[in-house]
Amino acid sequence: MESLEQIRDRLLARFPGASITLVTNPGPAAEHSLLLSAEHARKIAMFLRDDAALQLDYCSNATGIDWPDKEVVETKKVAVPDPAGGPDKVVEEKTTRLEPGYLESVYHLYSMALRHGPVVIRMRTVNRSNRVTLPSLTPVWRSCDFQEREIYDLYGIVFDGHPDLRRLLMWDEFKDHPMRKDYVEPDDFEWEPTPHGAVLDRAKTHYPAPEVKP
Amino acid sequence: MSTADNTRAPDPFPAAGNISDDEREELRRHGILMTSLEELYNWGRSNSIWPIQFGLACCAIEMIAAATARFDIARFGAEIFRPSPRQADLMIVSGTVTKKMAPQVVRLWNQMPEPKYCIAMGACAISGGPFKQGYNVLKGIDRFLPVDIYIPGCPPRPEALLNGLMQLQKKIRGEHLTGPDAARHTRADVPGEFPVPTFGEHDLEPTRNPEVWTPPAPITRSGKG
Repeated sequence: MESLEQIRDRLLARFPGASITLVTNPGPAAEHSLLLSAEHARKIAMFLRDDAALQLDYCSNATGIDWPDKEVVETKKVAVPDPAGGPDKVVEEKTTRLEPGYLESVYHLYSMALRHGPVVIRMRTVNRSNRVTLPSLTPVWRSCDFQEREIYDLYGIVFDGHPDLRRLLMWDEFKDHPMRKDYVEPDDFEWEPTPHGAVLDRAKTHYPAPEVKP
Repeated sequence: MSTADNTRAPDPFPAAGNISDDEREELRRHGILMTSLEELYNWGRSNSIWPIQFGLACCAIEMIAAATARFDIARFGAEIFRPSPRQADLMIVSGTVTKKMAPQVVRLWNQMPEPKYCIAMGACAISGGPFKQGYNVLKGIDRFLPVDIYIPGCPPRPEALLNGLMQLQKKIRGEHLTGPDAARHTRADVPGEFPVPTFGEHDLEPTRNPEVWTPPAPITRSGKG
């Protein structure tokens, strides 16, 4: 199979307007992926499926990722002139900026015909609140149907063009998206004999600390 | 298990009539069988407990194994798994009860005729088990239903289910038809149906039935830890 760089270059030549970025995975798995722009993703997916050299006819897995808003601290070294006339002082200036979060959908593609894969593609939403629409790839790979419903259920990504976008695991009346990092669970703590960790923190808010007499 | 063992009065059961258990055993050895309607009724019921046929998770596999020839739940008269709640006496809640499934489980229980019994099989049905803090897991079916027998295990082996069934048989044989400690199903003041929770925007509503279950009081230790 071609390398991801080759695939990316071929895609860029074929779809001149699309933005396709190689996202590297620094971990030992080194499973790098292609980040596709949402507006061209459906056409690119069709190409990946139908291209003679790739024939990625099977989507084995589709999943979501939540990237919450992140505070990035940047340190910059600034030379400050010494009023006494000595050499310049180097001072570190720290600036913080808020990197807006986004939701991501990830697809693992294999080729049954040519027996190769996986090729990982991903798409990003604009933000996490009101612009969370991505094109559905169910018309390209039928196996994405339930998995995109699950992503919609647990992460709240709305898939445009999905034939039957309903919640999969939670009930229809449910309003939250439980796999998001900022999901707040219902306050349903019930007494446990040996709480620890996060459960202990919740226990402390519900029950007074045991009286320990000396 | 022999027939003689089944006809013997269980420990909490009183002697029939005005004779003692020993006198009755003596009569039985001479071929005279004395019994009471209550004892006969309970003996018949305890040896034909028909469970409702449904499984929720991996515990259901062990329940199925208990019905196979190797463990043979038919020895206890409980092999007839009914596909309809109208024909069932026993609900074996075998597996994780998700919040999405809980209303259906309560509804099935309401559809079962009295007398009916409930077994919570496995850690999940008892308390939520390893998934207790999950967003879609009910922290035990006893939040909504009166549970008669709890079978711990993850999952319990078929022998444990059979033991739980024997405990239930023992409980049934000890029940009374009349009197202040009469069985639940003979009393009008004890409900047989329970409110079905509805799906809320964030959780089940209500999250538990306070008439059935209230959280236990925390243990406050005095002295050093």
